[in-house]
Amino acid sequence: MTDTGQATTAPAAKRGIIDTLELDVRLLGMLVAFAAIALVFTIWTGGTFVSPRNVFNISVQAVPVAIMACGMVFVIVARQIDLSVGSMLAMCSAVMAMSQATWLPQAMGLEYGNPYILVITIFLGFAVGTGMGAITGWLVGYQRIPSFIVTLGGLFVWRNINWYTTNGQSVSLTDPHLLMFGGTEGVLGAPVSMVLGVIASVAAVLGLMSARRNKQSHGFVVKPVWAEGVMMAMVVGAIMLFVTWLSRYPVPEAKLKRLFEARGEVMPDGYTAMHGLPISVIILIVVAVGMTVTARKTRLGRYIFAMGGNPDAAELSGINTRALTVKIFALMGFLCGLAALIAQARLQSHGNDIGMLEELRVIAAAVIGGTALAGGVGTIYGAVLGALIMQSLQSGMAMVGVDTPFQNVVVGLVLVIAVWVDIIYRKRMGLTK
Amino acid sequence: MSNTRTPLVEMRDISIAFGGVKAVDHVSIDLYPGEVVGLLGHNGAGKSTLIKILAGAYQADHGDILINGEKVEIRNPRDARAQNIETIYQTLALADNLDASSNLFLGRELLSNGLMDDAKMEAETRKIMGRLNPNFRKFNVPVSALSGGQRQSVAIARAVYFNAKILIMDEPTAALGPHETQMVAELIQELKAQGLGIFLIEHDIHNVMKLCDRACVMKNGQLVGTVKVDEVTDDDILGMIIMGKKPAKAA
Repeated sequence: MTDTGQATTAPAAKRGIIDTLELDVRLLGMLVAFAAIALVFTIWTGGTFVSPRNVFNISVQAVPVAIMACGMVFVIVARQIDLSVGSMLAMCSAVMAMSQATWLPQAMGLEYGNPYILVITIFLGFAVGTGMGAITGWLVGYQRIPSFIVTLGGLFVWRNINWYTTNGQSVSLTDPHLLMFGGTEGVLGAPVSMVLGVIASVAAVLGLMSARRNKQSHGFVVKPVWAEGVMMAMVVGAIMLFVTWLSRYPVPEAKLKRLFEARGEVMPDGYTAMHGLPISVIILIVVAVGMTVTARKTRLGRYIFAMGGNPDAAELSGINTRALTVKIFALMGFLCGLAALIAQARLQSHGNDIGMLEELRVIAAAVIGGTALAGGVGTIYGAVLGALIMQSLQSGMAMVGVDTPFQNVVVGLVLVIAVWVDIIYRKRMGLTK
Repeated sequence: MSNTRTPLVEMRDISIAFGGVKAVDHVSIDLYPGEVVGLLGHNGAGKSTLIKILAGAYQADHGDILINGEKVEIRNPRDARAQNIETIYQTLALADNLDASSNLFLGRELLSNGLMDDAKMEAETRKIMGRLNPNFRKFNVPVSALSGGQRQSVAIARAVYFNAKILIMDEPTAALGPHETQMVAELIQELKAQGLGIFLIEHDIHNVMKLCDRACVMKNGQLVGTVKVDEVTDDDILGMIIMGKKPAKAA
């Protein structure tokens, strides 16, 4: 791969199909592993595993961990770690639960369920998350306390302030506007989902074409037109398959009837509706795309990777690594707030143990996705895929009746094996890092 | 060099201590346009520390820095870059996980519409590398995959690309073979002819005699003396380095 993009006219050596397509071998490996897991469970469950309903559930369940894993990629790439994300999620969730159910209705004299309350609540939750992250970042960046220690402390502190905030009680959440963020209660339906899928496909194709034109305008070698076409077909195919599949998951009839009754109408006979894309998954996609653009195309992202590769070099290049550390952890905190919103909406309540041990799943998702703990290396799509792989494993094992302790054993083993395989791959390819 | 002109850089009475150890002890040096000043001394003599103060990596406890006769505050590497001071560090200060163009433009990325223009940066990198090291081909791999000489040329390209007026080179030839050393020597001559001032930290006394106009010798954090290279022999300079004695006849 060392000769890609060279400013010579004819490619000298024959290149393999993977090279020609300029595919990321690591991504390919993860996709193959993912496909293998799906295949095994599909056969084992007689097809139920890939049913639209189960695909929908896996997607929705994976969202909070996947969103936090996106932030964790930046944290780990910058040679830091954040052990407090589960507790920060709980803290954000506690603040949001209390503010919408108790504080704001009392303070503003509005009834629970008023949209203003939810808007302020969400803003408050995100602010608390960002604030907690910024405090962590300040202690790590400016006070030079190792992030392992600061966030280990944070794990205890935020978990228990969360406890104190709610007195340890669960808060039941029923505001339909909130529940929209949870998954099943907030879906776009088949027509809108399909339109979005087409828009996303067009955007992806245009993006690939503009990248190609930009390369050509500087006289770099680009891959052959057929290879570009294959890439576009694969991307569009994946998007449309996912959207079509979720658009085949029907909303239960009883629930539809309830919806019509709530509007004072009667459901016509034979009426059906499909789930389509859940709002929470769209939020995840927006986060993942936004974070990928940040990582690849913005100075912030470049500096995070530079700091992970060589902190001294970053500093000597005039990068303010301390402020950068604050930004990285604040972003992590913000994403915990977002994940908290989606998690509490899905569970329809705030429980004292919400987000418990999530930090380990988040770190595992990032690491399975190819983020190196030594820093400097990692991708957002890898982390999202890592979260999906873990959720699929757990869901599949639950379906075939593996006991919970063994589910966790398998997830733990997969984490170790994923990193092991990666190390072997790097050795074979002669990559040092 | 005539001393009636204003020096490009003047470091006056600089001191810095680390936990009681005086790394640099009341040292004054200057540099004129189109001049190469060598900094010599044993390991730990304070050369690198002195130069890091000019580069913004350290802040002096005491003393002034003047650029073109005007006092300036250099608090961090950004300030140094704003004064057109570029540094090639002994460690090269490259982010190993990034490719050549990302390193070259690190901290000064080219943007279009607020996003980084990687293709433009790579094209610019190809241009400058074509001039400095025509054999350089590995533009799309992390610099960790490059040889010592290739890494060195990335670091040099980074210093030269941004129209430096003052260049600091900390042992630029330490990791290089004879051919590459010769290329660096030619580059120094070329930059000098363009009117840059260059501080060169160098252990090899022959390189100093060949490349430098003046030499400043340090020992134990103090300046032993500054001599014009064509007025002394290499033995005189070695004497200064080892014994800390200034030759009687030198200016």
